[in-house]
Amino acid sequence: MLLSGKSFKFGNDVNTDYIISGKYKFKTLDMNELARHVMEDLDPDFYNKISEGDMIVAGTNFGCGSSREQAPLAIKHAGISCVIATSFARIFYRNAINTGLPVVECDTSQIEEGDELEVDLAEGLVFNRGRGLEIPVKPLPPSMIRILADGGLIKHFQKHGDFKFD
Amino acid sequence: MGKTIAEKIFSLHAGEDVHAGDLVVAQLDFVMGQDGTAPLAINSFHEMGGRGVFDPSRVAFVIDHSAPSPNEGVSSLHRLMREFASEKKILLYDIGCGVCHQLVPEQGHVVPGDLVVGADSHTCTYGAINAFSTGVGSTDLAAAMISGKLWFKVPDSIKFICSGVLPEGVFSKDLILFLIGEMTADGATYLSAEFSGDAVKALEVEERFTISNMAIEMGAKAGLMEYDEKVEKWVKSHSTRPANPVFPDPDAGYEEVRQYDVSRLEPRVALPHTVDNVSPVKDVEGQEIQQAFIGTCTNGRISDLRTAANILKGQKVSPSVRLIVAPASREVYLEAMKDGSLQTLVEAGAAFVTPGCGPCVGTHNGVPSDGEHVISTANRNFKGRMGNSRAFIYLASPATVAASALTGKITDPRSYLQK
Repeated sequence: MLLSGKSFKFGNDVNTDYIISGKYKFKTLDMNELARHVMEDLDPDFYNKISEGDMIVAGTNFGCGSSREQAPLAIKHAGISCVIATSFARIFYRNAINTGLPVVECDTSQIEEGDELEVDLAEGLVFNRGRGLEIPVKPLPPSMIRILADGGLIKHFQKHGDFKFD
Repeated sequence: MGKTIAEKIFSLHAGEDVHAGDLVVAQLDFVMGQDGTAPLAINSFHEMGGRGVFDPSRVAFVIDHSAPSPNEGVSSLHRLMREFASEKKILLYDIGCGVCHQLVPEQGHVVPGDLVVGADSHTCTYGAINAFSTGVGSTDLAAAMISGKLWFKVPDSIKFICSGVLPEGVFSKDLILFLIGEMTADGATYLSAEFSGDAVKALEVEERFTISNMAIEMGAKAGLMEYDEKVEKWVKSHSTRPANPVFPDPDAGYEEVRQYDVSRLEPRVALPHTVDNVSPVKDVEGQEIQQAFIGTCTNGRISDLRTAANILKGQKVSPSVRLIVAPASREVYLEAMKDGSLQTLVEAGAAFVTPGCGPCVGTHNGVPSDGEHVISTANRNFKGRMGNSRAFIYLASPATVAASALTGKITDPRSYLQK
């Protein structure tokens, strides 16, 4: 799968409260409503700035904090095609794969705000078109590749009725 | 090579000999969801084609994060949880029962050697009683409820050996804040943390929960401690299930072993807006506060309320401060009634709210105003955490929070503790 979009850059330790605040997420299961508030405490205008397919680019420990699955879901429903970070917090990473939000771990120091990016998930590469750079991606563990290939954990269970990694 | 606690618990639950780095599908002993995560899990459960849960006596929902409901949106999600719980005959802890991470051990659902997942990041709390417990999201929770299993990567471990004796007025909260400051927010990401040494052994089980609870704040997957006679006694008084104690081998392999002498540790505070922004209390003494909060899965236990009551006995909270107290559970609340801490705190001016998460997650029960400074016994101080991104949150021990409520300024509690 080839994704392309513009970079919106954030720093290190972007926590799930910043991605979607607790004051919204306890009220509703409407992810399109939650999507309007994505990243609001870091950039109140974020939702209005992004276009379909754009990418969140961050430093280390993206998605630290709570286990709320509303975090990857709100990002996905806002139209973000992919999150690229130097590293991810563990629970967010699992939740993203489970819900089918592509997450890519690579060196993001060579990506700036507004850069036009392409991500090749199959090949494991990030292309920074404007700067002519190819950035290698850290591979996923085999269980996660299987879950992603099935289209997320829900579809994996629909298909197999259980965990099936053999 | 020998095994860590994590490697032993995963070997027991995967039915094969496994080591750090192995991918396993492991059997779960207990599964938990709360009102911020269970509603989504119910949706996933149905989408996955789930009919029943693997074992209704091993699945619990807790309504604690926004309880009682502050608005109709929350009410409808609470109703969804109640209907699911009733239909699937799982355990339900409704409003007023308390915080999930107090209830799961207190009600005897977890014992040493267990493997537990909860759809809440602070599920790592039960590591204090020698169980591997970790936080997951809603879809993982749904898969766990259906199958009684989950996939894991067996984590590498990092060991903290804390020697010496914590000085008077310095608590387990100060120790874990200090360690998080040393490690930073992602210093232990993907790792299982093991906390050991004489300083940890000297702590009561209640105090140990505070340390394991905050292991996630350095990124750790679990915050494990060794089994000893204190754990044995505590577990026997809360659960009828047999314990299966797990000890690390002397030649177990650790990614890192860190040693600390805690004998000269001073009270610590995490400054806005990150948990790893830790400073000695004395460096920020005098910072005015408008709200103080004692409670949460970190520090809402009876020993925490007693410490606060000791400092506030016969005193009045500063007129410029609102002191909010949320007991961690109904049992803690009742205990505080019996021993007089409740009366002491109310006389001092505390406003008690329902046992549960209180104002910690910013949904109700004390949202600060713009520019206000709040000192809290919770585990997170992210911008906006308490419902207002223009407020400032400091994290500290119950003693530091009580002393600060008394003076209206961030205060070192050591000269305020009464004999």
